[in-house]
Amino acid sequence: MRFERREHRPVALVVATPLIAVAAALAIAGILIAIAGAPALEAYWRILKGAYGSRLSTTETLTRATPLILTGLAAAVAFRARLWNIGGEGQLYLGAIMVAWASSHLIGSWPSALQIPALLILGALAGMVLLLVPLWLRLRFSVDEVVTTLLLNFVAVLFVSMLIDTVLKDPTAFGWPQSQSVADAAMLPKLLARSRLNLGLVIAIVLALVLAFVQSRTVFGMRARAAGLNPTGAVFAGVPLGRTLVIVACISGGLAGLAGAVEVMGVKGYVTTDLSPGYGYSGIVVAMLANLNPLGVVLTGLFTATMFVGADGMSRAMGIPSYIADVIVALSLLTMLVAVFFTQYRIRR
Amino acid sequence: MSAVLDIIASAGLWAAVLRIATPLILGTLGALLSERSGVLNLGIEGIMTFGAMIGWLSVYHGADLWTGFLVAALAGALFGLLHAVLTVTLGLSQHVSGLGVTLFASSFSYYVFRLAVPVAGTPPTIKPFQPIAIPGLSDLPFVGPAFFAQTPPTYVAILLALVLAYLVFRTPLGLAIRMTGENPHAAEAQGINPMVVRYGAVMAGSALMAMAGAFLTLSAFNSFFPTMVQGRGWICIALVVFASWRPERALLGALLFAFFDGFQLRLQTVLGGAVPYQLFLMIPYILSIAALAVMARRARVPQALMQPYRRGER
Repeated sequence: MRFERREHRPVALVVATPLIAVAAALAIAGILIAIAGAPALEAYWRILKGAYGSRLSTTETLTRATPLILTGLAAAVAFRARLWNIGGEGQLYLGAIMVAWASSHLIGSWPSALQIPALLILGALAGMVLLLVPLWLRLRFSVDEVVTTLLLNFVAVLFVSMLIDTVLKDPTAFGWPQSQSVADAAMLPKLLARSRLNLGLVIAIVLALVLAFVQSRTVFGMRARAAGLNPTGAVFAGVPLGRTLVIVACISGGLAGLAGAVEVMGVKGYVTTDLSPGYGYSGIVVAMLANLNPLGVVLTGLFTATMFVGADGMSRAMGIPSYIADVIVALSLLTMLVAVFFTQYRIRR
Repeated sequence: MSAVLDIIASAGLWAAVLRIATPLILGTLGALLSERSGVLNLGIEGIMTFGAMIGWLSVYHGADLWTGFLVAALAGALFGLLHAVLTVTLGLSQHVSGLGVTLFASSFSYYVFRLAVPVAGTPPTIKPFQPIAIPGLSDLPFVGPAFFAQTPPTYVAILLALVLAYLVFRTPLGLAIRMTGENPHAAEAQGINPMVVRYGAVMAGSALMAMAGAFLTLSAFNSFFPTMVQGRGWICIALVVFASWRPERALLGALLFAFFDGFQLRLQTVLGGAVPYQLFLMIPYILSIAALAVMARRARVPQALMQPYRRGER
């Protein structure tokens, strides 16, 4: 048995890949649910109901999808240029704490129309800075950015933990380490009354559209792709590799920082160290499931949010640990990798 | 200044250094073995988590401590098998596959743990390994309590580092592993099957990683809790580069690293309050990054690292 590269990839197969991958992941996770002594189909039905069964749960799922779409875009844009930004989690936290600090100490008195855009930009900048460090280490000392971005996640979360324990601590939080709240004028407008759904979702979708355009229709998009496919070839073709990667890093880190900013300004209003249940890491799966396509990220972000929100409800009803959502998401990444492989290769005897 | 000297002169510090170093030694050796054959295994963080969970769970259900270690090692090898299928047979991106393995192994650990142990106020505990004083040596002043009163897995880890140093550089098997990592085509021309070597190295390496995790729950602590691995796996990946892919240097690197870690822990109690404790906790991660920056250019990377081998393809 050996693998042979396909001459051309059938379009139907490429479109069906994520669906096949998710189906396979659900099948494997179904076995795990069955082993735990619960009917898998009923569990999945309850996950769907938990995510979309009511107005509240539907808006909650969309709210949860927002940071996932943003971190998914962050990973997608970087991975396409083979910049392995695994630091989305840390960048998210820096974006969040930047917003909390700026709004509570610097520009909290500004009117919404000025303050919100300013804070979003500041949050994105904070994320950018955190990614530029590992990129600099890669370009200057050829240090693999995978490990450095991963390690910086821990540094960033500790840094945030330190700030909300000291200078940014909210004195009214009964001793809990929690940052001071952002000003009311900093909160993103709600899309629907009586829900947590906010403008962040629109921002995320618009950015996905912009990114899809930039990647497919601009010189920069082409260069970034070339830098990923074959860096040496790209340099010979006149692609300024370093500069392209810096821009990619700015976009990627900026998006992850924005995810943190939006989570604070749209939902929480302040920062704690459990602001993100691993959005940065889930973003990697979101991006891979979408095959690094920005528009696909919107859909896979929604899928991931569905699992997380739905699993909470299912877990309460059936006694299956809600960690099953994380298992499904991780399995989807692995099955997606295999599925993509088989769109490129076929088995020959 | 005298506080610093006091810390360094205390036997307690050095005993702690060996304890902190043990999981790093095991994990680094595992990552090193795998990388020597040409496969980067970023599954390490998740595999350590799973090893910590399954080792603990086995003992909690009545297995003895060494059986717990063995179960962890076997489970680790299975995750290694998964990573090998994805990266060796299918030749997928080692970065992405490894991250996938980490995400899967850690979420699967939490899932199994939650199923097996319902939520409780205080996490259930087991009776972990007790320190064993080496007769004669442990009676020596200072050196005795510092180095010769450790739990058995610590001695095993140090021994393993020496064994691996011998295996990699002094045996035909080690030569085959190194050849496969440098140039799988040449290895194949010598009658070595690079696929088999890589499968073996990745699985054995993953078993070591899981043992590193099991040390945390069976010796360093006595219970399992999510996120307890705390990035140790990533630190191990950095230590492999720092050690320039040599087992004996991995041992030294892990000890050096553990020294800084043990030192900062004690400095925290001395300086208590004056400096935020988070600054101290950052030190290990920043040190790892610094070590990478210093060593990355100098280190001799296995030439075929991260390159899939497909027979008949150039």
